[in-house]
Amino acid sequence: MLIIVGTVPDPAVPVLDASAILADGALSVGDRALPPDRGTPALLAAAASACAFLGIEPPHAMLVGDEGLGRGSRELYRHLTEVLPSRTCTTLAFHYLQPDVDWHNKVLMAAQAMAGPPALVADAGFMYAAKMSGMAGEYALFTPDAGELAFLADETAPHPFYTRGFILQDENRAPELIRRAYEHDNAATCLLVKGSTDRIADRTGVLAEITGPSVEAMEAMGGTGDTVTGMACALMEYGLPAPKAAQMAAQANRYAGEAARPTPASQIGELVPHIPNALKRVMEELP
Amino acid sequence: MALTDLFRKKSSGPRRQSRADRGLLVFEHTSEVIRAEKLLKESGREIRVMGPPPEIQKGCDLVVEFPLMEKLDILRTLAEAGTEPLETVPVTGPLLAPVDLFQIKDFGDHLMVRAANMKLTVEKSTRTIVNVSGGGCPDVPYIAARLIGRTLDEAPAPREIGHTLCGYALELAHAEMLRLCS
Repeated sequence: MLIIVGTVPDPAVPVLDASAILADGALSVGDRALPPDRGTPALLAAAASACAFLGIEPPHAMLVGDEGLGRGSRELYRHLTEVLPSRTCTTLAFHYLQPDVDWHNKVLMAAQAMAGPPALVADAGFMYAAKMSGMAGEYALFTPDAGELAFLADETAPHPFYTRGFILQDENRAPELIRRAYEHDNAATCLLVKGSTDRIADRTGVLAEITGPSVEAMEAMGGTGDTVTGMACALMEYGLPAPKAAQMAAQANRYAGEAARPTPASQIGELVPHIPNALKRVMEELP
Repeated sequence: MALTDLFRKKSSGPRRQSRADRGLLVFEHTSEVIRAEKLLKESGREIRVMGPPPEIQKGCDLVVEFPLMEKLDILRTLAEAGTEPLETVPVTGPLLAPVDLFQIKDFGDHLMVRAANMKLTVEKSTRTIVNVSGGGCPDVPYIAARLIGRTLDEAPAPREIGHTLCGYALELAHAEMLRLCS
């Protein structure tokens, strides 16, 4: 089972712990409809679409409403520490959550008490907390963008907002920043660095680069990173090692973006319907 | 990995501190520290008063430690009460300054501004905000839902509705966009 943990931007939403279903472009978790237009719902929609294409069970969602005050995140963290040790899953992904090192460490302990234990994926706020905690190496995959890679590479930065100026967010320097992130043990076993060139890396360096097709408008679209991470999670759940899953997800995201023919004003929901065909093409090209 | 290893690892290493996600509020006078402590504790924030690290050269002999991710929300609370700090700094590096470089990308009909990990895109002809991208804190989708589809004149500033450091970075991008589109 693939479990995806994150938030939705409505503080009235209580903790949800149910399967995520994507039907005719509409996403629902339990009885609640969630527009897959940004954030964790976009990741869930991509993962659900990919799981359906791959013929595996849909992702299971653990969500809560949080508008940024952190109350919902802390409620969900409490829920996770209570329920995870008795759950079983093979891939566990964390996404938009209020970064909180103390809660991160409690949740990590609960995850590692699970049978298996599952492969851990972190993106967005939970990745920030994982780096700050010094436990990044416990994760199978991080999926940073250029700004977040600079943050991982800066051993003193508590958030991308405080990344030091000499660690430039220059994509051409990504291999150097990847090396620096690993030197200070601030990277997961595998990194998928999202950018105009997507890079898959581990402690030995860059393993693969994906450069095309180049769809410039995707840089402005909110959620394109979320769909990559969602597909990578589904491919890991399918059984692929993290570097291969990350490479295929990055390539499929570009194909889906190309098919959607976006402008900088396009919304991520326009890309999701193209995921099955994009994955089909990638699986033929990168068997 | 065994749980014992987790505890061992957590306690080793020079910067493996559980307070890496905390910041410090620096005030000019101790009376302001006391007022801020009362105000923030009454609003349920997890804060504590402590002595400043030696790197901080300004302000009084006390600082308020606070959850750094909630910086935008806490600064707004203090400003509303007229108790604004001299500065806010991260516990991990009191000399760290916020990212102050903007990256601008012109798509022709659209203009994108990036500040730190946040990007804001506007349609030039209508000044309508068409996309918000990046970030990892939970207020990003919340702010995005309230900005997208509105013009720069209609949309609330991220500082008014955001709560976190990502919200703060988006505020910088928004302010730069206003400057570029004025």
